[in-house]
Amino acid sequence: MTVKKFKPILILTAAMIVIQLIVSLIGTEFYLTQLTMALYYSLIIISLCIFIGYAGQISLGHAAFFAIGGYTTAVLTTTNFKEYIGSGLIKLIHGIGLTSTTIDPYGKEILHLSPWLALFTAIVITIIIALIIGIPVLKLKGHYMAMATLGFGLIIYRILLGSKIFGQADGISNVPAFTMPFGLKICGDSSLRLENYYIAGFIVLLGIIILYNLIHSRAGRALRAIHGSEEAAGASGINTAKYKLFIFVLSAVFACISGVFLTHFFGGIGPAEAGVMKSVRYVALVAVGGMANIWGTLGMSLILNFLSLRGVFGSYDDAFFGSILILFILVFPDGILKVENFTRMKEFFKDLFKKKSEKVNKA
Amino acid sequence: MSVTQIWQYVLTGISMGSIYVMVAIGYNIIYNTTGIINFAQGEFLMLGAMIAISLSTVMPLIMALVLAIVLTTIIGALMEFFFIRHMKKPTVLNMIIITIGLSIMIREAALHIWDEKVHSLAYFTGNELSSINILGAYVSPQYLWVLGMSALIIIGLNIFFKHTTLGRAMRACSSNKKAAWLCGINVKNMVTISFMLSAAIGALAGCVISPITQTQYDGGTSLAIKGFTVAILGGLGNNNGALAGGLILGVLENLSIIFLPLAYKDALSLTILVIILAIKPSGLFVKKVMSSLKEY
Repeated sequence: MTVKKFKPILILTAAMIVIQLIVSLIGTEFYLTQLTMALYYSLIIISLCIFIGYAGQISLGHAAFFAIGGYTTAVLTTTNFKEYIGSGLIKLIHGIGLTSTTIDPYGKEILHLSPWLALFTAIVITIIIALIIGIPVLKLKGHYMAMATLGFGLIIYRILLGSKIFGQADGISNVPAFTMPFGLKICGDSSLRLENYYIAGFIVLLGIIILYNLIHSRAGRALRAIHGSEEAAGASGINTAKYKLFIFVLSAVFACISGVFLTHFFGGIGPAEAGVMKSVRYVALVAVGGMANIWGTLGMSLILNFLSLRGVFGSYDDAFFGSILILFILVFPDGILKVENFTRMKEFFKDLFKKKSEKVNKA
Repeated sequence: MSVTQIWQYVLTGISMGSIYVMVAIGYNIIYNTTGIINFAQGEFLMLGAMIAISLSTVMPLIMALVLAIVLTTIIGALMEFFFIRHMKKPTVLNMIIITIGLSIMIREAALHIWDEKVHSLAYFTGNELSSINILGAYVSPQYLWVLGMSALIIIGLNIFFKHTTLGRAMRACSSNKKAAWLCGINVKNMVTISFMLSAAIGALAGCVISPITQTQYDGGTSLAIKGFTVAILGGLGNNNGALAGGLILGVLENLSIIFLPLAYKDALSLTILVIILAIKPSGLFVKKVMSSLKEY
């Protein structure tokens, strides 16, 4: 364990504190709400970065895992279990203390599952679905995999849109706050902006530490070998199917966790979160961040998600993400935050100045 | 459920299925020459229909149709020329991403050029009330147009690919690019032509279906995914397989109303897609020996 390994994480922590100070000092603390949301979204994007950038696979269905997480917690924490208190399972859960009561906007008391239990359930459901989808789909390559994951995402979207329990087109609202130890709460309350920003920051930091260690471990090297050539990786004794499935499930869980927390932060979730455009946007952000570059992806996803959530792009929001997708694949297929790009820029300016000084000399 | 009712569902299913076949053929043509899936195929349908709708207000329908197909073909060619031809790193992943990006751009452009409302082209013959009795089932004459056009395209393509020099050159590209290049075929131009052909077929399909299903700026996506399901059912790149796959999917989808709520109708074709991809990605009609030679 050297200091060097922790440097990026320390920089990230410092950057988060600096951003908060700047935002507070110039009196625009309301930016923190969008920053918090951008932080939660970047949790999916960094995990997708490992799946797409490092392992060389593609998923156009990750918004579905986000929605599975969000909808599971939304259903479990808004359904009133008061009538079922007599039944065994609910009695047991209530007895252990895994339920909580909140008062809905109409003044009615609602007995629902604790958000922690909902989070746990969401993760279990996500793992099961990711395994069911992942085992057959990860055998496919390229276009086939892209279309299969796209199809999976659309199925989830259609089911959410067509089922009464998920609120159909309206989604689910009035999701209570996620209570944490030490009296912390994840919710969209404007007075809790500061603490929510730091909670989100802490979760993302935790996520990035896990992924950062992963890519610098045996598993990370195996994934990069799979990206290079699956046959070669298999021939050198790497269990390619196992590693691909592992990273698929892991990124699904990340998406699910992000969905759970964001749903509690929003206080609701709608079917648009499972839409194709969302999945495509996540892939776009990975591409913009430089594919196999977790820090670039994190930075780009924070900046662009923040701008998009602030409504900077207006009605051209989707068009903007589509155009950066095309631009980056055409011009910077390895992302913009690459050393070679900077050196190229340096040389360009050097040449420019040289020519100018030459001209001056000649004159 | 009476027999006539089932016959009615089957008949509309066949017509819808033949639209999916046209989309699938669009995928196949591009796949055969380039090995990529054009995710913007559905947008060609939308674009063709939208242009035809706009033009039909100022000129006769037949002229509007022809012009819409020509314009969409030009857009397809430009798309290939500016975005696919000059890619720095033409890996499969990048190709997927760029066609997705293009499909978003076309969709968003359509949203801003037209609007988010539902538009529809006039019926080719008669109006929305006219119907024809076929063995007890009543169908709109537009369905016959759909069937006729798709039959025409399939026959025309078969002749084109088997009996013309250009068609043979394109088939040569699909079996071995390097060998085709060595024989003096300009592979890059073949790719452009394949995009043009796909765009033209897409635009025609979009126009004939527009009076029945109506057209919206984002209507291409669902047709695209069904077209892809059909292409996979028949084996990617296999046009005759796509024909059978399309008819199967169209009929199944329409009969599903009997036992499934209408809201899940789209989920059915998607489930078929995922299951087929999981079990037999080579398609239903491909022999085992053939499929073992390919990679999925």
